[in-house]
Amino acid sequence: MVYDNDVRGTNKLGVEAEGLGKRYGDLWALRDLDLAVPAGSVFGLLGHNGAGKTTALKILTTLATPTTGRASVAGHDVVTHGARVRACIGVAGQAATVDGLLTARANLVMVGRLYHLSPAAARARADELLAQLELADVATKLVKEFSGGMKRRLDLAASLVARPQVLFLDEPTTGLDPHSRNSLWDLLRAQVKAGTTLVLTTQYLEEADRLADHIAVLDHGVVAAQGSPAELKARFGGERIAITLMDAAAIPRAAAALSAFVDGVVVEYPEARQVVIPVRTGTRLVEVVRALDAAGLDAHDVHRREVTLDDVFLAITRRERAVKEAA
Amino acid sequence: MTTLVADSLVFARRNIAHIRQVPEKLFDVTLQPIMFTLLFAYVFGGVIAIHDGSYREYLIGGVMVQSLAFGIMGPASAIATDLREGVVDRFRTLPTVTGAYLTGHVLAELAAILIAIAILSLSGLIVGWRIHSDLPHALAGYALLTYFAFAMIWLGTWLGVTVRTPDAAQGLVFLVMFPMTFLASTFVPLGGLSPTLATIASWNPISAITAAVRELFGNPTGMPADPAWPLQHPVIAALGWSTLVLLIAVPLALRGFRRRTAG
Repeated sequence: MVYDNDVRGTNKLGVEAEGLGKRYGDLWALRDLDLAVPAGSVFGLLGHNGAGKTTALKILTTLATPTTGRASVAGHDVVTHGARVRACIGVAGQAATVDGLLTARANLVMVGRLYHLSPAAARARADELLAQLELADVATKLVKEFSGGMKRRLDLAASLVARPQVLFLDEPTTGLDPHSRNSLWDLLRAQVKAGTTLVLTTQYLEEADRLADHIAVLDHGVVAAQGSPAELKARFGGERIAITLMDAAAIPRAAAALSAFVDGVVVEYPEARQVVIPVRTGTRLVEVVRALDAAGLDAHDVHRREVTLDDVFLAITRRERAVKEAA
Repeated sequence: MTTLVADSLVFARRNIAHIRQVPEKLFDVTLQPIMFTLLFAYVFGGVIAIHDGSYREYLIGGVMVQSLAFGIMGPASAIATDLREGVVDRFRTLPTVTGAYLTGHVLAELAAILIAIAILSLSGLIVGWRIHSDLPHALAGYALLTYFAFAMIWLGTWLGVTVRTPDAAQGLVFLVMFPMTFLASTFVPLGGLSPTLATIASWNPISAITAAVRELFGNPTGMPADPAWPLQHPVIAALGWSTLVLLIAVPLALRGFRRRTAG
């Protein structure tokens, strides 16, 4: 198929990809990724380490060339028009790619200058972002003295310097404390409200849930599930009860004893002596404990928790994965 | 083209800011040469005789060349550090001109080298070194030093994009450049060496470059009676060696950088 990039530049898609794949040696880090992210929306790429999230982001931000397929960002092809793509995106990687030997302000001014802002405009934008990201107090401090969270915020500020049409963030809140995480989410929501398209990767379902309009779950380079957070949760979500037994051998008996409460796929973690059960809504913890007791089973710990990305993954890939991990 | 210059200058300014924050970065091209000047002038100066002049006047050309040869270190460790810390990935997502990052490094290193040459000249003047040639030759001498430094900076740039850690770059530079700058007419005249060592030293590019600098500044050269070809034509040999280094190092540095950053 032949596309005219300039014509595509006028449509309303923020990010588009068709059959995107990347092979490193014999390993396919990413396979057959199709994306259609409308401008001004938030797209979340979920997955564990090595699932292909960062690879996808690298291709979309022109840092890597795809082995198969094509992708365009803000209407520009990432391979043939890399320079145009770079002019309208902002990127914050997993590692805070700020310069430790410069002050926070100097970092942002430098980035502004590299986006070809005038010196005065670069300085003004730097000050604006330092204030917005609560870094004004440390503007003239060397970045190497910053905490991890401050570095992440500065990194994010750097990605916002050119008011990008499309913002790519690779695990933006990994390693942040809850307060910083919440304020970052607020900031990102404000960006999106102002029209920015946001593509973020995360390991946290909660984060994708709070921010994303659409989610793709990557597993071993392949999209395992796609949909809105509500859709995914409806399919895989709900409450879980995790039971840690005294002995891994008791797991099948525990699963059998609790079958009345199960709603979904039971996942076993023999190495942790744990069994995780998706329970029907309204199941009371005390009922579970009684059922275990009635079966003559002792438990080290029984607790209720929200669905996690792990649960979604395991629900998608069934028991095989749990077995493989235990092996 | 203008964007390349503008982008390079932004990167160069970044490196100069680094030097302001960590002045130790300049030690290898400032304090170290001063130390060598003083040590050799006062400790060894008394026992090393130069048949065509004073040892101190002989020494300075050698110290200058040795210091500039160690100019490999600056770009090598700076670029290796940047690559390791991922800051280059950020630069590559910006609409900058390809190559501006490397030319920025080269520009900043050149600026540092010019400062180093000035410091070296001053410390030379203090211990009694003088330029005895005319202005055109003196300028040619400084131009030759700068050209040699430029070649060494590109060699360091290639090293920086090749090694995995800044420590590896430092270790390698010390391991290669110490013997190379000592097994030459840098600090001692070739006449004092055994025949085998003298032959090696005669063909060492460092000897040709120091001889060229001494000749252009009108300093004693301590040349043996029948020197090897490069020492009979030191200026041509010095230009030749430096050009050869550039012809090899520049393409390899650019290729290495593309490889290191290709995803």
